[in-house]
Amino acid sequence: MRGCTAATTTSRGEGEKMKFAKLTKVALAAAVVAPMLSATVLADLKVPSMDYRTGPYAPNGIPFANGYSDYLSLLNERDGGIEGVKIVNPSCETAYNTKQGVECYEKLKDGALVFQPLSTGITYQLIPRTIVDKVPVYSMGYGRTSAANGKIFPYVFNFPATYWSQATALVQYIADQEGGMDKLKGKKIYLVHHNSAYGKEPIRTLESMAAKYGFTYRSLPVDHPGQEQKATWLQIRREKPDWVLMWGWGVMNQVAVKEAASIRFPMDHFIGVWWSGSENDVLPAGDAADGYLSGAFHAAGAGFPVHADIKKHVYGNGKGKGEIDRVGEVLYNRGMVAAMWTTEAIRNAMKIHGTKDVTGEMVRDGFETLKVDEARLAELGMKDFTYGIQITCENHEGPGKVAVQQWDAKAKKWSMVSKFYEPLRDITGPLIAEDSAAFAKENNITPRDCN
Amino acid sequence: MLYRETGQFKTSYQADQAIFPIAQDRWFIFGIIAIAVFVVPFLIDDYGANAVLLPFLVYAMAAIGLNILTGYCGQLSLGTGGFMAVGAYSTYKLFTAFPDLNLIVIVILSGLITAAVGVLFGLPSLRIKGFYLAVATLASQFFLVWMFNKFGWFYNYNMTGMINMPASTMFGLQLTGPGAHPAVRYLFCLGFVLVFALVAKNIVRGRLGREWMAIRDMDIAAEIIGIRPLYAKLSAFAVSSFYVGMAGALYFGIWLSSAEPVEAFDINQSFLVLFMIIIGGLGSIMGSFLGAAFIVLMPLVLKNFMVDGLDIAVVTAKHVEIITMGMLIIFFLIVEPHGLARLWTIAKEKLRLWPFPH
Repeated sequence: MRGCTAATTTSRGEGEKMKFAKLTKVALAAAVVAPMLSATVLADLKVPSMDYRTGPYAPNGIPFANGYSDYLSLLNERDGGIEGVKIVNPSCETAYNTKQGVECYEKLKDGALVFQPLSTGITYQLIPRTIVDKVPVYSMGYGRTSAANGKIFPYVFNFPATYWSQATALVQYIADQEGGMDKLKGKKIYLVHHNSAYGKEPIRTLESMAAKYGFTYRSLPVDHPGQEQKATWLQIRREKPDWVLMWGWGVMNQVAVKEAASIRFPMDHFIGVWWSGSENDVLPAGDAADGYLSGAFHAAGAGFPVHADIKKHVYGNGKGKGEIDRVGEVLYNRGMVAAMWTTEAIRNAMKIHGTKDVTGEMVRDGFETLKVDEARLAELGMKDFTYGIQITCENHEGPGKVAVQQWDAKAKKWSMVSKFYEPLRDITGPLIAEDSAAFAKENNITPRDCN
Repeated sequence: MLYRETGQFKTSYQADQAIFPIAQDRWFIFGIIAIAVFVVPFLIDDYGANAVLLPFLVYAMAAIGLNILTGYCGQLSLGTGGFMAVGAYSTYKLFTAFPDLNLIVIVILSGLITAAVGVLFGLPSLRIKGFYLAVATLASQFFLVWMFNKFGWFYNYNMTGMINMPASTMFGLQLTGPGAHPAVRYLFCLGFVLVFALVAKNIVRGRLGREWMAIRDMDIAAEIIGIRPLYAKLSAFAVSSFYVGMAGALYFGIWLSSAEPVEAFDINQSFLVLFMIIIGGLGSIMGSFLGAAFIVLMPLVLKNFMVDGLDIAVVTAKHVEIITMGMLIIFFLIVEPHGLARLWTIAKEKLRLWPFPH
């Protein structure tokens, strides 16, 4: 046991020397390691990645991980890090498995500035631990929705929007297509969801909305990993809902799109959560996926200045994690935008604490006072890529705005087809208060004062 | 040389029937226990607890449970994950309903509830055996997980269907929830595992264990010499589920402290524990520990060696780890089909003769 921990606590400097000594010996490994090293040279800011490049969720885990790491490499290559301090990006494979996620967290947490677990199950594991270890968790648009209440969850951030906000946004989109909120009455809206904490997140919100707006709601769970959905779609064919929402991840998404196509469910009445709206999810269904909708909080495609920079500085120097053609995929961009907000928070922490030697706790402060407006986005080469955000002590969710994007199977492109919807806070607000109060009660937490 | 029992005379039946009749064995085991109890708690950190020792202890407990049923009584079960879920949900329901109840009591009660459920699902074993029983217990696995996911009462109607262990203290020390010291959690699990491993060892050496083994070796013969299959089989299900239930309680309550039914208690858990006892050795308490150690620790050792030692890319290391684990399992099963426990026994026999094997 000691042996295992000794390796993690070796200081970075020593680690580097050992690394190079070994590199000469392990020539075979060197070829594989070469792309990794760029991020680990001269460690100062430790931003670990919890990747999953294996298992049934790998098709979605890989592009996100590539986007996250590539953006950090971009800052290292182009700007020499954040404010001149290099970023190191050690990674650990979780396989989207909670227990392996815990092991990864314990292994990487020494000196880590922020964690991005990309798994609701792992996020739930980490939430209580971060309070003690004083490392922020940035569960961008996933995880525990009620962590939006910063009074009770000081170390967790889930901006720019939560699942509950998204559920309200998608229903607003449906209402717009139907001709107004009052037209929802009598409609049937079904939810196909991953049968896990993640997939169950929107249920309570949708139930509240069904009661308020008078539509019929039903949830159809799909068990991990989601390959078996015949019964679910048979039921949809029989009961003919007007709209189907989907909270899926990994292989479940592509299977659902294919199944929907096979029962000829109208694709423009089938809306996925933002984790069910990437190229991987629709390409296997081919032309049949044309018109499929999904939530989004950022643009797709590689047409932004930041992508040009990544191609030039990261891939041009042979330091990209993935393939250059896949830069700009939806999930790649999602990983990239996550890294952007994370590094902006670190920058902000440096600014407010007046030091370049930041700790996890300072980065938490950086997140809590983070403001990335449209002007700043333009400076970062991401003009109109996403919207401006501002985080406060009470509100860790930020603006919570969600738009809907549509797949064009001919052009193989996602494009935004709606405005950004404001969440219905009268619906989500009470639910967040209720759920976060339950957490506070379980763990004897007194809500902090935000004034 | 060192390992020789020459001069160790046994003057009473008690001494002859000791669990470790050879003094060197006894001192070795006492030494390990002493280190585990008195030294490890001072060295343990979060990584050691959460990634290494707690999983080892929890799975050792589950493996002892399954070994009683499969190894000693010969009833193949694939319902371990489901029974662990019963233990975990019992702990959750009891703890949220009676927050003042001592956690030791709660873990034991959870074990008892699981034992009752185990007996219920053990009933088919009276009519069917072998692979057919495995299928019947597989049904219990799916049914139990489905049930915990389906009915809100089990997870107190919270919004995500996850169960979370509330914070609690014992003897003034924080045991669950954020801020619990790893040593406290480790010692709690260690205490349970040590006490109940001793209990299990004595049960299997006693009348009950002999009945189970008789049923395992030939159930008709056992019936003819007067062993009641109903009583023997159901008691094996009860005792086994009691252990598995406690393992589930520790798994959720102490180690992970939050769980969602589909992922935490899926069929892979059942297979994992089954592999542990097959690799460790069927019908051996020692084998349960060795098997749990192998399955829990080997991937960590491989991973840390490859990633930190050889600097191999994380994802490559993961693939190599999966391949190596598979190869090691096949290797051990070919070299010694009776598991690591048998290797351990052979090693001891060889040592006793060494250096003059003939």
